[in-house]
Amino acid sequence: MEDMNINNQDNSLIIVNNLRKYFPIERGFFRRTSGYVKAVDDVSFRIGQQETLGLVGESGSGKTTLGRTVLRLYEPTSGEILFRDGDRFVSVTKLQDEELRRFRRNMQIIFQDPFSSLNERMTVLENVGDVLLINGLASKHEVIERVIEVIEQVGLRRDDIRRYPYSFSGGQRQRICVARALILRPKFIVADEPASALDVSIQAQILNLLKDIQEQFGLAYLFISHDISVVRYMADRIAVMYAGKIVEIAPKDEILLSPKHPYTEALLSAVPRTAIERRRSRAILRGDPPDPANLPKGCIFSLRCKYAQEICKEEQPPLKLIDTEHYVSCHLAENLELNGVKIAS
Amino acid sequence: MNLDLTQRVLEVNNLKTYFYLNIGTVKAVDGVDFSIDRGKTLGIIGESGCGKSVTAHTIMRLIQSPPGKIVGGSIKLYYERDGNIDFVDIAKLDPKGKEIRSIRGKEIGMVFQEPMTSFSPMYTIGDQIIEAILIHENISKKEARERSIYLLERVGIPKPERTIDTYPFQLSGGMRQRAMIAMALSCHPRLLIADEPTTAVDVTIQAQILDLLQEFQEEMGLAIIFITHNLAVIAEIADNIAVMYLGKIVEYGAKEEIFNNPLHPYTSALFRSIPKLEGKLERLIPISGNVPSSYEVPEGCPFHPRCENIISGICNVNSPELIDIGNGHKVRCMLYQKVEV
Repeated sequence: MEDMNINNQDNSLIIVNNLRKYFPIERGFFRRTSGYVKAVDDVSFRIGQQETLGLVGESGSGKTTLGRTVLRLYEPTSGEILFRDGDRFVSVTKLQDEELRRFRRNMQIIFQDPFSSLNERMTVLENVGDVLLINGLASKHEVIERVIEVIEQVGLRRDDIRRYPYSFSGGQRQRICVARALILRPKFIVADEPASALDVSIQAQILNLLKDIQEQFGLAYLFISHDISVVRYMADRIAVMYAGKIVEIAPKDEILLSPKHPYTEALLSAVPRTAIERRRSRAILRGDPPDPANLPKGCIFSLRCKYAQEICKEEQPPLKLIDTEHYVSCHLAENLELNGVKIAS
Repeated sequence: MNLDLTQRVLEVNNLKTYFYLNIGTVKAVDGVDFSIDRGKTLGIIGESGCGKSVTAHTIMRLIQSPPGKIVGGSIKLYYERDGNIDFVDIAKLDPKGKEIRSIRGKEIGMVFQEPMTSFSPMYTIGDQIIEAILIHENISKKEARERSIYLLERVGIPKPERTIDTYPFQLSGGMRQRAMIAMALSCHPRLLIADEPTTAVDVTIQAQILDLLQEFQEEMGLAIIFITHNLAVIAEIADNIAVMYLGKIVEYGAKEEIFNNPLHPYTSALFRSIPKLEGKLERLIPISGNVPSSYEVPEGCPFHPRCENIISGICNVNSPELIDIGNGHKVRCMLYQKVEV
């Protein structure tokens, strides 16, 4: 992955190299570590300025852990996270307490469930504005002005700042969460399934809001979702995660039209389509994803892969560059003819 | 109307289930009509609070009373006896009585959204499936166990002779949902009600479960009521679709009709608001506002405050009827009503 940093460093906002997050499994009276859950295992990617990288995968694949580890909400086990600060890169992994706290202004997160991510005992003003006070960035008076400004930017009314979260609907609560993420004027936001807990008719409101503020404030997103259709709408490039690893990463049309990893193919094939046609034959993926505490020896997908050969069971495939910005981790990538979806108009 | 009743499994007419609460009356299901034939799938689609789950629970008579009450309508379950077609009205049965208990689990099976909460954590999967079989059928425990193992194998659970003795928590979400389906089908029901059966599982597991249901449907001639908020899932599995909004069916028709020619402004707005995997990428058009609270259903057409085709003075005053505009395609909207002005 070395070349990836050097070649693309020019417009990168965030560069993640060989990031790992292992959770120890403790057993017995002395809580001895008997193994590790490899939630994020040797993951490398970059996100350009004002770019959206979509992250898809099934539950348990490590999407959320990756998002949180990138922000150092979880302490990485190893690896490096570089973040652009003007014309140089700061190593986020090396920042200590106070430095880290100050640097976090640049990166924020929006969670999935707007019902558990707001403090019910605080008004909108406090929920959104307290970070300014805590960071000593504004006086009490300025905080009110800043909160009003941001709350209007997310499509709520200025009077709403005195109200408590319970009086808002799910969609409005998610707008408050977006406002809270925006108020520090970050450059990067991890959006972890931001529309998944909302009703179908409300989802589009939040997705469009995220697109609009991205343009307005020049934000970059790591957009996490299990729903590939949503990721297609939001992302510039898509990374596919499986059992703690990124198995394929490419511009979105590449991923959808010509996937190169058998897991990506299976995932695309499993997505139900709204286009009415005769029942298609789906490449049904058998079985469940592997236990992240007990991964197979070779390729992590080999147990479920219908193309698997001897080498797949023995050796872990590296993430290789096979086309412009198209990386895939599969021994057979060059030899397989995989099916994507028709995205043409 | 279709007069061939030999294929008819269930017919719901003007069904009303209200909840009488301290803060007011919630008309969760407010005059719902539909019917379903052998081997067919009816998809019921709608957002949270539209009454789709209450409809399902009413058919199973699982609504707690009080506060819930069936205040009107009928639920006719058809059967054939001595060459004659007859029916029982489930809405009239005692919800705790013998008759409904012989229907629930036997004639009608049900699969719920979260299989972790619908299995008892205290008993093994096998105990629960065997119990369900023994309640309805006069066979030995050994035979029931054999049938359970066979069913678990059929729904694709590996090593069923061992899995049958595991507890629900030992299985993954997808496996639990399969076991749930095995239990629902254990007494060969004629109707399966699946209430968001794939909402809590991943897409790859969802695809497996949809295929499984279709396989059983073809084999057993099972009628399925499939409830979901996911338009794409409905597009894959349904024959007919009912779109619900605030307790009422606002549009009903064959799947092709609904998808290719949606008539109700709510249906077409829903289609424009969901991201798609295929086709041209266009900016989504969200539906404005929120689903109103069930206590304060708007006067007139319940969708009028969010509708972009609203005709003021008409939509906020008149309650539209569900009218057939041909090919069995029905819509509840003032745009299609004949009004005397």
